[in-house]
Amino acid sequence: MLRYLLGRFWQSLILLLLVSMIGFAVLNLAPGGPLSQFSLTPGMTQADLDRIASQMGLDRPLPVQYIDWLGHLLRGDWGRSFRDGRAVLDIIWEHLLATMLLMGVSTAIAIFVGTLIGVLGALKRYSIFDYAATVGAMVALSIPTFWFGLIAIYIFSLRLRWLPAGNMYTIGDGSLGDYAVHLIMPSIVLALVNIAVWSRYMRTATLDVINQDFVRTARAKGLRPRRVLVRHILGNALLPMITLLGLQLPTILGGALVTETVFTWPGMGRLFLDSLGYSDYPVVMGLLMMSAVLVLVGNLAADLTVAFVDPRIRLS
Amino acid sequence: MSQSELLVSARSTQPWWRSRTVRRFARHRLAMFGLAMIIILVLACVIGPFLLPFDDLYIDLRGRFSPPFTGYHFFGTDPLGRDIAARLLMAGRISLLVGFAAMLLSTVFGTVLGIAAGYFGGRIGTVLMRFVDAMLSFPNIFLLLAMAAFIKPSPIMITLIIAATSWMEIARIVEAEVRSLRERDFVVAARMLGLSNSHIMFRELLPNAIGPIIVAATLTVARAILLEAYVSFLGYGIQPPLPSWGNMLNGAQQYLDSAPWLAIVPGAAITLAVTSFNFIGDGLRDALDARSDML
Repeated sequence: MLRYLLGRFWQSLILLLLVSMIGFAVLNLAPGGPLSQFSLTPGMTQADLDRIASQMGLDRPLPVQYIDWLGHLLRGDWGRSFRDGRAVLDIIWEHLLATMLLMGVSTAIAIFVGTLIGVLGALKRYSIFDYAATVGAMVALSIPTFWFGLIAIYIFSLRLRWLPAGNMYTIGDGSLGDYAVHLIMPSIVLALVNIAVWSRYMRTATLDVINQDFVRTARAKGLRPRRVLVRHILGNALLPMITLLGLQLPTILGGALVTETVFTWPGMGRLFLDSLGYSDYPVVMGLLMMSAVLVLVGNLAADLTVAFVDPRIRLS
Repeated sequence: MSQSELLVSARSTQPWWRSRTVRRFARHRLAMFGLAMIIILVLACVIGPFLLPFDDLYIDLRGRFSPPFTGYHFFGTDPLGRDIAARLLMAGRISLLVGFAAMLLSTVFGTVLGIAAGYFGGRIGTVLMRFVDAMLSFPNIFLLLAMAAFIKPSPIMITLIIAATSWMEIARIVEAEVRSLRERDFVVAARMLGLSNSHIMFRELLPNAIGPIIVAATLTVARAILLEAYVSFLGYGIQPPLPSWGNMLNGAQQYLDSAPWLAIVPGAAITLAVTSFNFIGDGLRDALDARSDML
């Protein structure tokens, strides 16, 4: 067990290092590198650019720059925003909670609905419901999230006037109910793709479990069908789903970016696009790195959860 | 079907279009629907613009925001009075082309990298696959947008960037496939014959791994079209006046109340195209999966 944990930590560290290299490569991709935003300033001469470059240490060899950049990153110094001069990490923290809230609620919806559809599909295999769920999942995977969001806004806020079209709360209200009402549409829109993915995997996982000997034994010894379903089938089928949740994290984060844009949700995705609009590269880079770090941490957490829940790994 | 029959059918001289795989694919109703839709879409985008009475760039400020079916404007007009049907078809050319080209690039790159990693294995394989893992740690759209913002976007650049962020899954699939094939008799025999590494990789291993590659490539077209739509919708992809399905939706949200067709029409086109490719991919997977043969 301990050996597994250490191995998994070590793996994540290596990945983090590789991720930072890719991030640094992207940063240096801009024509003129990190200096590009200065070269647009009127009256800027090559001599000025060179001076700034040497002040920022950009005339040093790339590996040295990378080590320096990584060192700052590890010490929590992620640079300052071009827009208001505040520390990048502070700005990201402010927007992290909103994104986490959206992702959390949306994922909970996706897990619940996806499990329901997947298990029902597996229990009633090759029924009309199963077939409809299969086709429905493939269509749901193909709908652009932002378009689904626009259609939802058109129907539920512009025509029916049931739900607010965007933002996280009404200015001057901000009660818990108000937050909840604002959460409904974006979280369902973001959940759609994950419901599709989750229900497909859940169907397969349930089918894998359903024909195993211990399920037959449980039935044969006269357990109530509901207990067999919940304890024996669901208990085993949900285990690989924890890993899937970790693997789905990049998709959910990416979907959150788009959803936040459509619903003007004040999270990381919204911040990312705003910063792109202002060419605020330190914040853009910070968010890029943060998103990858979140994914790595999420994957690690998923694997650790499985290790603790699954006695086959826990006791080995 | 038994193993020996399989071998016979693989060696038989019947034309490819009557092979078991093709027949099984033709029986897949969703895949046939998808294939028909893609053929219709491609034909419409290639021929359609010549048949419509409007140019996709013709601005008619007196005819702004015409709802669908005003005169010959089947899908209405946009905020500049341009015909949406004409723009939709021209946009389809760009979006489908970007999707195909990005698929080709990422499939070739992913396949070469996957074969190399799977065949050589060891330290090279580990390093390559760890790189794939690291790339997959970034949410696709974050990486795509950051690169698109740093690089001046042109259709070719967008294609390159999309390809650069979507080759990883194919590399993973190919690597796993090649790793499982590596110790098989025909590869061992090829090695004993003293054939070169590149011959074994591309003449022996590649043809045997082609099934999963074709499936993954089809699904990659779907994803590439979606990704183009995402970046263009957010304003960092194909730049107007050149239309793409994504950038047609770019300004649609502010007119959602008064002119909902601006949003509905291009989004439906994207959904149709992407769904069709996903259906085809699903059909191919079923048709190429030899295991369903044995049942």
